[in-house]
Amino acid sequence: MPNAAISFQNVSKTYRGGAVRALDGVSFDIEPGEFFGLLGPNGAGKTTLISILAGLARASGGRVLVQGHDVVEDYAEARKTLGIVPQELVFDPFFTVREALRIQSGYFGVRNNDAWIDELLENLGLADKANANMRQLSGGMKRRVLVAQALVHRPPVIVLDEPTAGVDVELRQTLWQFIARLNREGHAVLLTTHYLEEAEALCSRIAMLKLGRVVALDRTSQLLAGKASTVLRFKTDAMLPAELASRARVTGRIAQITAHDAAEVETLLGTLRAAQVPIEDLEIGRADLEDVFLEIMQGAKQ
Amino acid sequence: MSAIRLAGARTLFQKEVLRFWKVSFQTVGAPVLTAVLYLLVFGHTLENHVKVYGTVGYTAFLIPGLVMMSVLQNAFANASSSLIQSKITGNLVFLLVAPLSHWAWFVAYVGAAIVRGLAVGLGVAVVTMWFALPGLDNILWVLTFAVLGSGLMGALGLIAGLWAEKFDQMAAFQNFIIMPMTFLSGVFYSVGSLPPLWLAVSHANPFFYMIDGFRHGFFGVSDVSPWISLGVVGTAFMVVSAIALELLRRGYKIRH
Repeated sequence: MPNAAISFQNVSKTYRGGAVRALDGVSFDIEPGEFFGLLGPNGAGKTTLISILAGLARASGGRVLVQGHDVVEDYAEARKTLGIVPQELVFDPFFTVREALRIQSGYFGVRNNDAWIDELLENLGLADKANANMRQLSGGMKRRVLVAQALVHRPPVIVLDEPTAGVDVELRQTLWQFIARLNREGHAVLLTTHYLEEAEALCSRIAMLKLGRVVALDRTSQLLAGKASTVLRFKTDAMLPAELASRARVTGRIAQITAHDAAEVETLLGTLRAAQVPIEDLEIGRADLEDVFLEIMQGAKQ
Repeated sequence: MSAIRLAGARTLFQKEVLRFWKVSFQTVGAPVLTAVLYLLVFGHTLENHVKVYGTVGYTAFLIPGLVMMSVLQNAFANASSSLIQSKITGNLVFLLVAPLSHWAWFVAYVGAAIVRGLAVGLGVAVVTMWFALPGLDNILWVLTFAVLGSGLMGALGLIAGLWAEKFDQMAAFQNFIIMPMTFLSGVFYSVGSLPPLWLAVSHANPFFYMIDGFRHGFFGVSDVSPWISLGVVGTAFMVVSAIALELLRRGYKIRH
């Protein structure tokens, strides 16, 4: 059996002598060629987990393997296998786009890499910026360069830590087309994102973290089928009765409540009627990942 | 594997050289100007009043000291400012995710610090030569102390860059440690002219040996034997390098 692309084995991380526990026994594997989503609210430990994977932080316990290489013991092999797109929009102001990519390539021992660098620039819509200084680029362009830097040594395992935060629609499209292509060509991808519709569309399997623990780990289709599968959407100006308000997702005038089956939908409607809540534009649809996410996160509270 | 690591270290070294070379007006031009100002002011004031080692004119005496002071300060500045800037702007992450060993970091940062130190030193030497010629007794001493001294200061800059979390901490390191030690190292005077207490203090300052040994290469005379200076500077280089390497290996303040 081939090694997992990434294997987290009982990973924990504590700060301040154990007073703060950022990760608490996290274990899961990402298979070769898999497109895997890591989701969780802010502070769940996603970035800490990725930092340990990347060698930016050290685990307090457990270990992480990349294609069988321990990220501490065998860091050089592990890092050569990984391409990491960091969350922060960082850049080196001394260099042009092409210089930055050549340098990053050189760190991995790959020199004379211009053919692949040109392909990256082309695919990420950066071809006309190759000789621009990093300082002159817009935020979105800098983000593209970060992606190119992560891919410059052709890593078999790609890690994207919230790559689309604050990014316009066009770049998202370009980015996902390119990443999906690399995934089809056999690269494993680990994605963290707050855009759950992206995770739903792209990831075949998902782990959800909360307070440093894995609270869900399954195929995306199973997660969507297994939890509340139906969602009731309507508009209202009135307050919802307390028993519904606690489980409803309200955006402006739109309220959404999840249900497991038709009988529960009827009960919900009955409750609304009894409370004399006026409703407009009622629709009953399939739950999306965001509904599942909220349900799991609320469930994990107890 | 080792070829790959070598390529990685070479790339980081080239990047560090390119970084200061792209802004050479500030990183080479400015320190040359500073050294020339020192020479003009002190040389003009003291030329007719001071003779060193019995026969050497003050301006000629001052030139090697100024060259070496510039070499040392700029070697320190190169490693330390590059690291602290990368830490604060966050682009150190590009290095942290790369498969570079602690040796690769050390060789690249210290190597680039030596190049910057020598470039500035050469600049100061070329410009100040027009004011007086100090002579050249033995170029091997000159080169040995320039390379070893800038290597030592590069390694020290690496340690300071790892330790400092803010620009003001770095400025404090530079202003309260590096500046006093270079100024009190005998750049502007022969320590032989000092009262006994200050002579003893100077002999405890490793910077003194770097300057004194370097100057020996020009005049063939010095306050202490160049072999003693070589021993002190060589030992200091090894100790500081060992500390820098260990901090890098542990990821001190860069891997959390």
